[in-house]
Amino acid sequence: MSGVGPERNRGISLAEPLLFERGSAGRVGIDVPPLDRVEREVEPVPAELCRDDLESLPELSEPEVLRHFLRLSQWNFSAATNFYPLGSCTMKYNPVLDEQVARLPGFARLHPAVPDAFAQGALGLMAELERMLAEVSGMDAISLQPAAGAQGELTGMKMIRAYHAERGDPRRTVLIPESAHGTNPASSALCGYQVVPVPSGREGMIDPAAVAKLADERVAAIMITNPNTLGLFEKDIVRITEIVHAKGAQVYLDGANLNALLGVAKPGHMGADVLQFNLHKTFSTPHGGGGPGAGPVGVRQHLADYLPTPRVVRTEHAWTRSDAAPKSIGRVHGFFGNFGMLVRAYAYILALGGDGLERATALAILNANYLRHHLEDAFELPYREPCLHECVFSDRRLEPFGVRTLDVAKRLLDYGFYAPTIYFPLVVSGAMMIEPTESESRETLDEFIAAMHTIVAEAREDAERLKAAPHLTRVSRLDEVRAARHPVLRWRPRSESA
Amino acid sequence: MKFPKKLRYTREHEWALIEGKEATIGVTDFAQHELGEVVFLELPKVGDSVTKDEAFGVIESVKASNELYAPVSGEVVEVNAELPETPETVNNDPYGDGWMIRIEMTDTAELEDLMSPDEYKQYIAEEAGGGEDDEEEGDPADDEGPADEAEEEDE
Amino acid sequence: MRYLPHTDADVQSMLRSIGHEALGDLVAHVPADLRRRAAIELEAGRSEPEVLERLTALASENRPLEKTCFAGAGAYPHHVPAAVDTVISRSEFATAYTPYQPEVSQGTLQAIFEFQTMVTALFGLEVANASMYDGASATAEAVLMARRLRPKAGRVLLAASLPPAYRQVVRTYLEGIGDFVAEDVSFGPDGRVDSAALDRALAGAPVAAIVVGYPSYFGVIEDLRAVGERARGADALLVTVTPEGMALGLLREPGAVGADIAVGEGQSFGLGLSFGGPYLGLFATRERFVRSMPGRLVSETIDDRGRRGFVLTLATREQHIRRERATSNICTNQGLCALAATVYLALAGRTGLRALADRNARRARHALRRLCDGAGAQPVFAAPFFNEFAIRLPAARRRWERALAVDVIAGVPLGDAYPELEDALLLCVTEVHALSDIERLVEALRP
Repeated sequence: MSGVGPERNRGISLAEPLLFERGSAGRVGIDVPPLDRVEREVEPVPAELCRDDLESLPELSEPEVLRHFLRLSQWNFSAATNFYPLGSCTMKYNPVLDEQVARLPGFARLHPAVPDAFAQGALGLMAELERMLAEVSGMDAISLQPAAGAQGELTGMKMIRAYHAERGDPRRTVLIPESAHGTNPASSALCGYQVVPVPSGREGMIDPAAVAKLADERVAAIMITNPNTLGLFEKDIVRITEIVHAKGAQVYLDGANLNALLGVAKPGHMGADVLQFNLHKTFSTPHGGGGPGAGPVGVRQHLADYLPTPRVVRTEHAWTRSDAAPKSIGRVHGFFGNFGMLVRAYAYILALGGDGLERATALAILNANYLRHHLEDAFELPYREPCLHECVFSDRRLEPFGVRTLDVAKRLLDYGFYAPTIYFPLVVSGAMMIEPTESESRETLDEFIAAMHTIVAEAREDAERLKAAPHLTRVSRLDEVRAARHPVLRWRPRSESA
Repeated sequence: MKFPKKLRYTREHEWALIEGKEATIGVTDFAQHELGEVVFLELPKVGDSVTKDEAFGVIESVKASNELYAPVSGEVVEVNAELPETPETVNNDPYGDGWMIRIEMTDTAELEDLMSPDEYKQYIAEEAGGGEDDEEEGDPADDEGPADEAEEEDE
Repeated sequence: MRYLPHTDADVQSMLRSIGHEALGDLVAHVPADLRRRAAIELEAGRSEPEVLERLTALASENRPLEKTCFAGAGAYPHHVPAAVDTVISRSEFATAYTPYQPEVSQGTLQAIFEFQTMVTALFGLEVANASMYDGASATAEAVLMARRLRPKAGRVLLAASLPPAYRQVVRTYLEGIGDFVAEDVSFGPDGRVDSAALDRALAGAPVAAIVVGYPSYFGVIEDLRAVGERARGADALLVTVTPEGMALGLLREPGAVGADIAVGEGQSFGLGLSFGGPYLGLFATRERFVRSMPGRLVSETIDDRGRRGFVLTLATREQHIRRERATSNICTNQGLCALAATVYLALAGRTGLRALADRNARRARHALRRLCDGAGAQPVFAAPFFNEFAIRLPAARRRWERALAVDVIAGVPLGDAYPELEDALLLCVTEVHALSDIERLVEALRP
């Protein structure tokens, strides 16, 4: 191998101040043509309702703005430019074709309030995507409205609440495994539920006996992530859902890790009553530096009446939007969800087809197992059950050198790799959660493996250098304590800021 | 790690200094060590009442947020008003300037539930898996009593 | 498959190196009964030209009309400068995750810091977060925040002139959280919040917040000072909701006239209409409320060599740390949309945004005048408006339908959401509508 050392990575990183620190009075990056005569004649908005000035906005020409942001873009690692093994985030390749089709004027310029007759293509696409998501998951009905996974969770839990309330008792608690994402308890709390933690079993999976002990008539639902955040398939999932159902409670399946399941197992067959899809994970819409995502929810038939409105329905000749659903929990979005992301996900599914989706999952699992196998001699693997799409190591073996997970993560940046998800799940101390996805070639995985081994050697030989990493990035470790104690959340002119 | 002898301890890692009917409360050296650099504190006001084992405030590091639990019940008679401005004091001097509130106790029988230094040391060794390294007794200087150096304040 | 790098030989050698023979071995531990039924029955995959063809066909079944679409109602047609799309198309921005490793995410982080700065400037408040899903959910989050700040209050008052969808989302979010209800407050004949109705509503049990549109769903510019005084008198917070962000280029900043929390929809800043999303929830408040805020925040800081850099901060409010006690469950937000808005606002800047907002207001006024003169319309409300207004005209719905037949979308009929406004249409006019387009509108609505 032609060296995996960070010394391969070299280059200039160009300085760029804040927008507000450059420019010149009177400069502008758009042209607003002069007012027409008829516009000058009308009575303007009364002055007392108007602001004085927008002095804090920049004054820049178009080329300056473009250069500013293009330089900023070069300070980012991204899934397109770097291996991004961020566990639980499914940083797979985002097809550039999907970007192109989402920008077709027929989609991009379509106003959401146009009558149905003017939006048949958009509504038809949504209906078709609903059908596809139902097929891959084994669920019966889908709403595409939630804007992200967490909003999908909220939507799902509101539906569960409405379902129980209609039976005369909304119930009080939700069972959530300790290893769950924070959004699960947060979404439950937003539905007025009290969270009851379910301890992780010895093998890293939920013990049905523990669920049986906790399940009673106060429980509204259990929220389960499968495969869980350790990358392990909950082998007793069917028994667990039976136990919960026997108490009249519902099963919320967190679909964050659905990329591990396509063609392997369908949530609808596991006993899930509600599931959210993270289109920005499994179905490859780009993460955008934090969003937008899309978090459709799927339900079994008995919950279909509670789905958000409007729904897309077929009349005799056309697609239409319908609010006729008296039991619906109502809206969660101003319109119909992050439609542009739905277009991308639809194009992705079309490109792969059923077989391709199954193949992608199989390769994601292969890649994770390959990494796991070739790293387990260097890092401790706290749970040894077979993994699916991701694996979780701990930093225990590095402890003698005073090196921690954070140091490994930072050093990986010098090698040109983004860091795994770290210190999560909480059930593993010093966790490193690695999800390679199906998009990475064997050569990339080998380079990553080599880098991880080199880092272990560095821990032994030069721990201090490791603890000061990263060394090659634009900035070195940033003072988060300072930011938290004295947050500076906006730019202010020097005269104003203390 | 320090375990001053004259203090009493809770399972939630608070300490209490008992002087007559009054108890001065803070978090232990172990707690500040586990939490890392403290960045934020939320404390009650003078006159608030607190209940044993219930939250009276919040302590945060960059990556963690924990509630502060009252070791005993009573009324808050003094608050370390400086502390939220200089949360690093909790790290630098957890048993001294890092004190948080003083309570006038309503039920001194509650003190029986608190741990002695040795019991607490034992507890964190077993339960929290820590405390086995750099143990040392609180040095005599600590025994001046944390509250003595507190700034005066009112609300 | 073109997205997948593995050849069969790669797969075989990788399997061998980890001691397996077939891909199926890796999932053998999944219960057999589940595996047996897991096959996905969808069509075979498609090549790039085939996907493009299918999507192009679907797109062509839509008829945006664009310059003769006069619908606003929460989504506003504005020109998107080419530079905006160029920047957000950069894979370095588009395919990055939430900036958890700040050393290699400074591009995203600095842009968010710039975004936060611009949002605080627009609203006249001290802190803004890194975005919410859209204006509707931002409104719901503002109501939840007001509830946290006023824990003894059991009500929130929603102006009936807020977008109906926003009020519905607020109610969905409030359902089941406990003793806290949303009550509508009607609007007066001028379109502004009816002050007598507001006084009556405030006279009851404690109120956490009064939530008003700024501008309202009807485009009406509220008298914030008057509402704010009533809010303060009742120890309630004033929450303003701006469904059309462009208005902030012209209107007095809500923070300067009493708003404690100001939220809005930022779609107008460089985001296409895209059939309703992805859009951009804006959220700002006063510094003293920062710890009750939902959403991500970026702070300036320094690295260990003293260089300026940016990090996510105050994360202890968020779900990944505080779990069920978090200020919100939001995780993924609208990051790339916030970037688009940052680029847009940088281009428009201090003078361009004002000029554009002014043009919107003036062109809308011209359109209203033409509709009154040429089509027999009457304004429904007397209060000043921004770029959207309601008109009353006989047989409004029938005329609206007739306009569709000549490819003019004459706004949105108001009767569905407001039965008392059955004969009214809500129209929006922006800089994308030429004077000749306005004449087509007038012509299409003529009796």
